[in-house]
Amino acid sequence: MAGQETTTSAAPVDTGRDAYLQNKVTRRRAIGPGLGTFLVFAVLVGLGALIFPSSYFYRVGTLVWINTLAVTGIVVLLGYVGLVSLGHAGFFTIGAYTTAILPNYGVPSPLAMLSGVLLAGLLALVVGRPILKLSGYYLAIATLGLGMLIWMVLSKEAWLTGGPDGMTVSGMNARNLFKMVGLNLKSAEAWYWVAGFTAAIGAAIAVNLAGSPSGRSLRAIHDSDVAARSLGIDVARAKSRAFVISALYAAVAGGLLALANGYITPETGGFMHSVEMVTMAVLGGPPRCSARWSAP
Amino acid sequence: MTRQAVAAGVSALALLTAAPALAEIKIGASLAVTGPAAFLGDPEAKTLEMLVEELNANGGINGEEVELIVYDDGADPNKARTFATRLIEEDEVVAVIGGSSTGATMAMAPLFADYEIPFISLAGAVVIIDPVQEFVFKTPHTDRMACEKIFADITSRGMTKVGLISGTDGFGASMREQCLDVAEASGVEIVADESYGGSDSDMTPQLTNIAATEGIEAVVNPGFGQGPAVVTRNYAQLGIELPFYQSHGVASDEFIKLAGDAANGLRLPATPLLIPDQLAEDDPQRQPVQDYIAAYEAAHGEKPSTFGGYAYDAFHLLVNAIERADSTDPVEIRDALEATEGHAGVTGVYSFTPEDHMGLDLSAFRILEIKDGGWTPVEE
Repeated sequence: MAGQETTTSAAPVDTGRDAYLQNKVTRRRAIGPGLGTFLVFAVLVGLGALIFPSSYFYRVGTLVWINTLAVTGIVVLLGYVGLVSLGHAGFFTIGAYTTAILPNYGVPSPLAMLSGVLLAGLLALVVGRPILKLSGYYLAIATLGLGMLIWMVLSKEAWLTGGPDGMTVSGMNARNLFKMVGLNLKSAEAWYWVAGFTAAIGAAIAVNLAGSPSGRSLRAIHDSDVAARSLGIDVARAKSRAFVISALYAAVAGGLLALANGYITPETGGFMHSVEMVTMAVLGGPPRCSARWSAP
Repeated sequence: MTRQAVAAGVSALALLTAAPALAEIKIGASLAVTGPAAFLGDPEAKTLEMLVEELNANGGINGEEVELIVYDDGADPNKARTFATRLIEEDEVVAVIGGSSTGATMAMAPLFADYEIPFISLAGAVVIIDPVQEFVFKTPHTDRMACEKIFADITSRGMTKVGLISGTDGFGASMREQCLDVAEASGVEIVADESYGGSDSDMTPQLTNIAATEGIEAVVNPGFGQGPAVVTRNYAQLGIELPFYQSHGVASDEFIKLAGDAANGLRLPATPLLIPDQLAEDDPQRQPVQDYIAAYEAAHGEKPSTFGGYAYDAFHLLVNAIERADSTDPVEIRDALEATEGHAGVTGVYSFTPEDHMGLDLSAFRILEIKDGGWTPVEE
């Protein structure tokens, strides 16, 4: 996996190499393992662009990166802490719908997306504390309930969300971002770059988190709540933090999907979407941030 | 060595993609063939496949064969958009039919403006054609028209005070809103407004409420699926004597089976597809309706549904436009499509204009009454 320390097995033969390794370690420490992850992702995104023959592939690529981002959030929760959430499609749609609704009230799209992300984080913070006291099946059911509630609100409040038929997302097209710097891309390609870039940043942050003190405390909780507590870790707080972080990831992915599609329906927040996200995370191997290749 | 292998692979790929262009007209479709909306997409796909076969057997369009490419989007807007991209970019179709559901249609619609490809949707909602989008057309009538038709029939019977009992599903909720919206203009007053959940098994409380409303003269049930059948049974059980209207959403023989004798006497707006033999000899829709039913029964051994009829009309409108345009240029096809005038289909008689991309008027709906388990047109 990118970002892991790879010290050579061969014994250092000369001082120059020693100094080089020393230098490398220091540099690593300064910038964190996240940069490596970012670069790997950047190469993958670029590689895709090299071989894609048409917009259709860019479109599928965009969905892959958006899912990657959402699933990175699940990995933080499921892989690091070992908590199962079947309600993350709920946070996903909160991001998506806020991005869709606020522009109708004069808020610019990027700001709307940011509000959606914050809203999802806030909701995760508020409901996280009580429901994270549960574990195992009980937690899965509680998060499932949360996801269902969000889905119900979105499909019933037709005046705001357009009801089961969904609503149009007006506002920004990634094309214009590239136009500002003089590049004229097709919208499918533009979204591919935006989604790929965001996924790369998201993955880098998640990898950095894993190596940080709070990431290590999350992994301690994964092994044992009691042991972690005896080490002086505030378990409830750490869990809630992981829950919020993963909700933020889902909401960013949701906002991106809404903008890239230009149309959203409550289906995005349905139970099956939550299950899909968890499935992707499990197939990719939850403890690790690499390899979550699940095309939609 | 490796480089040579790669080079060989690349040139093989290039050869594959550069295969000589066939003299074929490609038409794409993204339909909900499976999933929760399969009852829409399945007959639509079957109809399109049947029509393409028939067309090619008769020499195609202006001598060119037609190739149909159908993708199954399962009514998922996300997939629909991906498939639409694929149809346009990979398959290079000249036109697209589809979007069984409103969500799928709306997710695809912006693409067609970008690529300038004509698109005929098979979904119901008004938002698809209002505001009009240059490249987007649709064949089904809207729920707004259904409300207007029902209200017109109610007022023609000298009644004005109407009670609504609506399903809370997408169809019911949308139609309820449209009915409330057009009530005043149609000269009726909504005096009761109740709702029920799609899977409820008893609607007697709501119906009792409605029946007890002062001055009420007629009841309308915008709904879809099994709900309206339950409402109809409860209506009969409670012995309510008021005239009762269902929506076009239940205009099928299955509904009569589900509701049983309770359905006798109720009225609903529907396409002429339900009454092929009772259409007047000079009715422009008589021929297409009978043709469609005969062909579908021969091909699939079952009766066609209203939804398949939407696909039938979309396909014929498109073929007709390509023939008139005498070109496979998508923009010219679109222009010809918009110039369609008095095209008789199974759903109605279509006349598109730059301001109207649905092209149907209220005459496309016939008010039918259920009598002895069968459909009878109501004289207007």
